[in-house]
Amino acid sequence: MSHGRRRGRKPCMECPTRVSAREEQKADGRQVLTQVSNGCRCRIRRHNACGAIRQRLLDLGFVPDAEVEMIRCATLGDPLEMRLGDYYVTLRKREADLIEVRAD
Amino acid sequence: MFPAKNNIIVGLAGQQNAGKSTIFNMLTGANQHIANYPGVTIDKKLGSYRDELGRVEVVDLPGTYSLTSFSLEERVARDFLLREKPDVIVNVIDASSLRRGLYFTFQMLEMSLPVVMALNMVDVAEGHGRRVDHEMLAGLLGVPVVPTVGRKGRGKAELRRAIRQVAKESTREGMSGEKADGGFWVDYGRLEEHIAAVQDQLAGSTALSKTVTLRWMAVKLLEEDTEAGKLLRRHHEQAEEVLELVHALVLAFQGEMDISPGDHIVSCRDRLSASIVEQCVEVGGADRVHFSEKIDRVLLHRGLAPVFLVLTVYLIYELSIVQGYKLTFLTWPALAWVRASVAGLLPDPGLLQDAMFRSLSLWMVDSVNTLLNYVPIFLILFALIAILEDSGYMARIAFILDRVFQSFGLHGQSTLPFILAGVFTGGCAVPGIMATKGIPDERSRLATILTVPYMNCMAKIPLYTLLVNIYFEAHKSFLMLFISTITVIMAMIVAKLLTSTILRGRETAPFVMEMPNYHLPTLTGVLRRALDRTWVFIKKVGTIVVAVAIVVYVLLQFPGLPEERTAVLDRRMDAAVATFQEDVKDTAYADLARGEMILELLNVSTAYREAKMAAATQERSQAVDQRYEALHPDLFPLLRARDAEARMVSRALRTLANERATLRTLIREETIVHSYFGRVGRALEPVTRFAGFDWKINVALISSFAARESSVATLGVLFQEGVDENVALEERMGRERDAGGKTPLHALALMLFFALYPPCLASTIMVKVQTGSYKWMFFSIIFPTIFGLAVASGVFSIGSTLGLSGIQAMGWFYGLALATAVGLSFVRDPAWERQRSGIVGPKEA
Repeated sequence: MSHGRRRGRKPCMECPTRVSAREEQKADGRQVLTQVSNGCRCRIRRHNACGAIRQRLLDLGFVPDAEVEMIRCATLGDPLEMRLGDYYVTLRKREADLIEVRAD
Repeated sequence: MFPAKNNIIVGLAGQQNAGKSTIFNMLTGANQHIANYPGVTIDKKLGSYRDELGRVEVVDLPGTYSLTSFSLEERVARDFLLREKPDVIVNVIDASSLRRGLYFTFQMLEMSLPVVMALNMVDVAEGHGRRVDHEMLAGLLGVPVVPTVGRKGRGKAELRRAIRQVAKESTREGMSGEKADGGFWVDYGRLEEHIAAVQDQLAGSTALSKTVTLRWMAVKLLEEDTEAGKLLRRHHEQAEEVLELVHALVLAFQGEMDISPGDHIVSCRDRLSASIVEQCVEVGGADRVHFSEKIDRVLLHRGLAPVFLVLTVYLIYELSIVQGYKLTFLTWPALAWVRASVAGLLPDPGLLQDAMFRSLSLWMVDSVNTLLNYVPIFLILFALIAILEDSGYMARIAFILDRVFQSFGLHGQSTLPFILAGVFTGGCAVPGIMATKGIPDERSRLATILTVPYMNCMAKIPLYTLLVNIYFEAHKSFLMLFISTITVIMAMIVAKLLTSTILRGRETAPFVMEMPNYHLPTLTGVLRRALDRTWVFIKKVGTIVVAVAIVVYVLLQFPGLPEERTAVLDRRMDAAVATFQEDVKDTAYADLARGEMILELLNVSTAYREAKMAAATQERSQAVDQRYEALHPDLFPLLRARDAEARMVSRALRTLANERATLRTLIREETIVHSYFGRVGRALEPVTRFAGFDWKINVALISSFAARESSVATLGVLFQEGVDENVALEERMGRERDAGGKTPLHALALMLFFALYPPCLASTIMVKVQTGSYKWMFFSIIFPTIFGLAVASGVFSIGSTLGLSGIQAMGWFYGLALATAVGLSFVRDPAWERQRSGIVGPKEA
């Protein structure tokens, strides 16, 4: 992963999505946050989480319509770090999978 | 016309990392103390200051992101705001992340609370090219906004003045009875009509409108907040009808807008927040990448991150353990001097048995000294850890390691507790367990608390060193590597077992963590935290160790030797004394050998020999001579015999002294054999036989429950061989090894048990404090005992059946443990399944 080189911010669709086994399940065209590549931006559509997890995500700014930029993933591929507005947040893939996004 | 209150209460609220504690310190100075919120384990920091009107008491609320009811901290903060009704709330907000900080502010303003905003860390924000127009912000929010820099004490006077100002207004309002809806409100667009409908329904109750504002209540209910529902039931007569209406409205809104009212509410708040930020914040260099992000491109680089992590941990280890250990060479003489002074004040030793007052006091001094000896190491260790925390790198460590911890049901934030407890070598479980407070995930937190004691705390090291030196001289470095990593492996295995069995049903929380910006830690901040943690260690462990040292002393000394045995030993001593008197009766020194004098003679000559032994240089040795010559002019010719007669007497005296030492050791040993602990140790032999422990080891292990340090001390007493008290314990146990057929396999089993051994008493008390239940405290004692004994027995029994050497058994066991851990890491976490099927919700739902 050479996140350093992809410094320019491109909207989601221009970036190649991550190859993921989960893609088959999302055949209806819905995209989740884990599929966004490093250096790409997208907007949050909705949450599939509920309860405490949902609240925590909202508190940290993962609100509908917010813009998210994927920054990097940790050495072992999980968790992910992303930028929301002017701050940086980390999220595990498990939770990122619950956030539906759309291209800008 | 209303008299203003002179003494007021101020609540300090805000998000984590907003610099709340620096504002707290700035306002209150050194005048602070810690209490507990009733029924929960969260610390309540209280402080106060005086201004021209009177006393201002400041309560530091737990850092929370919002005022919902999903976490304990949030519930505590909200209960405080609703029930104790502080006169003013200082909302500490990080100027560089204003947008998200405002969500929290909105919630407080919706509750019509008297808020003063402390716009903190404006210097950092300006450093990032973000200038906040605080007057404009104050105008938009309708509350005073004071720019501050808590770390540097900037904005202190202004903030205090604003607090007074708001307090005056809020007292006036409070007198007027009902809670008025404040001037500020968020526009919820399409939801407004539903809010109005709920508000109408709520208006029927006066009890409710005295407690909260109706609009806030209506919004909370539409957000489907469980605590709001409870509050409603408590204060509203027709609660059920209201809830039914709310439910219907929620469904209607969702059907109409394809979004839940909850999501809608937050996105409205977010929009407002964004627009406020747009109006008040001037951003210089719109697309510039943060300085922190630039650092992270290197430090968190996918390939390089582990390298930097290892370097950091190595640096901590090198500076605190290795260098700190060198510091103890400087502090130990001071402690030894204390011991010697205490010994000097106490009654002199008796011929065979000392007065209990003397031996008990020395025993206690020794116990405390072993503990205080670690203080330099702890100071360095805790200062370094505070630097890691304050700089922001600790959060990065959590980020890098989370994937590993996650596989075992733990959490990225378990890193700090494990490091404090001594991942490599050296640490203490007490501050480690205390640091679990920051883990938001209840299940991981418990699992961390229960596995932190497996780490190699400072007190386990002496026993390892001892055994390695005796049994594994040739493979020293292997063994040290084995010990420092096997404990982590075993902790991971246990964590996985616990989280997928008994902790299965516990609440889990996502690993959502803000990556804080890098800060330069301040000297005072680091020192304060390092001293605080060290002080906790000294205080908590200190008091307990002293108390337990007494208990252990009693259990090791009583009921004492049977009388006939004492009589036998007394007769041997009498005979020796008689021989000595016979030998010297024709010399010029015969007077010195009479009656009472003989005890003084013995004590002085023993002390003299010890002092000579301790004197490293020729000059010091001469100084000792001079001192003794001045102190005991009559005895000195015997101590340093010059003529033949004196040499003869001196030889006889030495024989007598040796006989006395032998007898004293015999008494000490036999006392332990007959003691309560000795009996328990022997009673346990049938069980511990499989692990290769004899009763002496059992006694050492039992007494080390009080404090690990005492294991080596007890072994020292148990392996005393009589005459030569100055032979190192290594050698004495080595002799035992040669004589008693102890093998490296025995030592391996013992080390494994010691690694998995239950936490010491201080730690178990900490477990009780942090989990809030005795159940977990007892579990933390019983489970590791059984687990440790099972592992040690397995390794010893299988090892001896197969005829493995110690080092072979170690290799096999290591491989097996590693394979188990790796295998377990692939086992699916039960919580993931639950989450996928979507039934994770609030506990009370």
